[in-house]
Amino acid sequence: MNLLIALAYLVAAVLFILGLRQLSSPKGARNGNFTAAAGMVIALGATIPLLHFTRAGLVIIGIGVVIGAVVGTFGARMVKMTAIPQMVALFNGVGGGAAALVAVSELLTFGAHPALSQALPSVFSIVIGSISFAGSMIAFAKLQELMTGTPITYPGQQLVNGLIGVAILGFVIAVLAVASVPFSFIALMVLALVLGVAFVLPIGGADMPVVISLLNAFTGLAVAASGFTLNNFALIVAGTLVGASGSLLTKLMSDAMGRSLGNVLFGAFGQVKTGPAAAAGKEGRSVRAGSAEDLATLLAYSRRVIIVPGYGLAVAQAQHAVRELAELLEKRGVEVSYAIHPVAGRMPGHMNVLLAEANVPYEQLKEMDEINDEFKDADVALVVGANDVVNPAARSSPGSPIYGMPILNADQAKNIVFMKRSMRPGFAGIDNDLLYDPKTIMFFGDAKDSLTKLVNAVKAA
Amino acid sequence: MNNELLNEFTFFILAIFVGIEVISKVPTILHTPLMSGTNAIHGIILVGAIWIAAGANSPLTIALGLVAVILATTNVVGGFVVTDRMLEMFKGRQAAKPPTSK
Repeated sequence: MNLLIALAYLVAAVLFILGLRQLSSPKGARNGNFTAAAGMVIALGATIPLLHFTRAGLVIIGIGVVIGAVVGTFGARMVKMTAIPQMVALFNGVGGGAAALVAVSELLTFGAHPALSQALPSVFSIVIGSISFAGSMIAFAKLQELMTGTPITYPGQQLVNGLIGVAILGFVIAVLAVASVPFSFIALMVLALVLGVAFVLPIGGADMPVVISLLNAFTGLAVAASGFTLNNFALIVAGTLVGASGSLLTKLMSDAMGRSLGNVLFGAFGQVKTGPAAAAGKEGRSVRAGSAEDLATLLAYSRRVIIVPGYGLAVAQAQHAVRELAELLEKRGVEVSYAIHPVAGRMPGHMNVLLAEANVPYEQLKEMDEINDEFKDADVALVVGANDVVNPAARSSPGSPIYGMPILNADQAKNIVFMKRSMRPGFAGIDNDLLYDPKTIMFFGDAKDSLTKLVNAVKAA
Repeated sequence: MNNELLNEFTFFILAIFVGIEVISKVPTILHTPLMSGTNAIHGIILVGAIWIAAGANSPLTIALGLVAVILATTNVVGGFVVTDRMLEMFKGRQAAKPPTSK
């Protein structure tokens, strides 16, 4: 490798590191993305002189880049803000798939008995890249609601997954020790794809963000392994950076949910172990529903209102309506703030993105730790399309699957207003006692319609 | 173990530490954009995809190369664009646009 190219790769690596650092602070985040993109352009440009192109090679690269660029741009531009998590899953999956294919293609050129230093990273890349590809597609399907978001489990599932794992290990040994022939590494890829599917199926939709983050780290490692196969410095450094930072991010995300990563992955989260206490008295409990006028009066004559936005607000595209309501209330002298749970929406930070889109001022967005003590002084906690993040079961019932998750103290407010479409449980599939609390008033309907009705009623109040 | 492999291994280990260190103080609100941004960075696999596609000369290698380049380009382009779209929202207020409701 000549000196200039090596230097260009070094510059690219530095830009990736700087980009990551800027991405982790609110001020420079957007620049960080540009910095990393600049690193990418430099790394790609520096690679061109290293290659000898066949005519066919030039053509497929041209076609491939155009198709990929069009699909990527359209996908990223057209997707609704609420669907961003599954889009990230998709873009992550295709990266993993590409890494696996690069490794397959290299193994084809190595012949039947490659050096261990090349064969080992190749099989690693095939296995991890394929798991990431298939797993991401299932995560996408779950979040896009192409398939059920509830965990899919069956008896002996762990055993089946274990056997697939053993079979993969067998083929890895076959490729490395016996002969690296297309049959064995194609079989390896197929098995890894199956494992990717099997691994994500038992994980509930609410946990998909953590899974996507983990698979993101996987893809990074697969890319780094491809770098060892190709002896390419840029791939090794960039892939490893993503593998390492992605692993840490995955841990931070499961911490934010108050659970261990192992519990997220293998806990079969949605299998509700309904404790006897929760099952009893579930029937026949009554809820109190209010009219828009009742609620408007309550809100307009409050001193402090805390809004708890959730995914329901996002799907109903109600972020503008909620901001309008908040502004109306503020004009009447009501103090309004938003309580953002770390996992509100379907990804940490998701809700901030949506509310920022609706021009909600930063100062009103409060993180959980900051606002939890203020609920007891609030006249109204207005819960819009959220459920699990205010479910007291997380505090009080050890049998609940969300037990231990930090929640917003909405139950301590003097009044609680729930805007929900129905009494249906939240994404985690658990009943919420707060709905039956005497302090709680339900306001049924689509979040956007309900908020619009409320806005009109507050204007009249 | 030859020299080049040893070098590569050194970079690998150092990159692990840098990767962990550099994002250790990320606030919760930036988790999603950061995930998306790192997702774009592993689109560097496009370098590998172009690498294998460049020398393609049989139907099999052509097919593999083409698919790999499409997937990797989608990763890199989609990744950066969607991250930018998310972060665009964050600049929100300081542009001092008065909150006019329509």
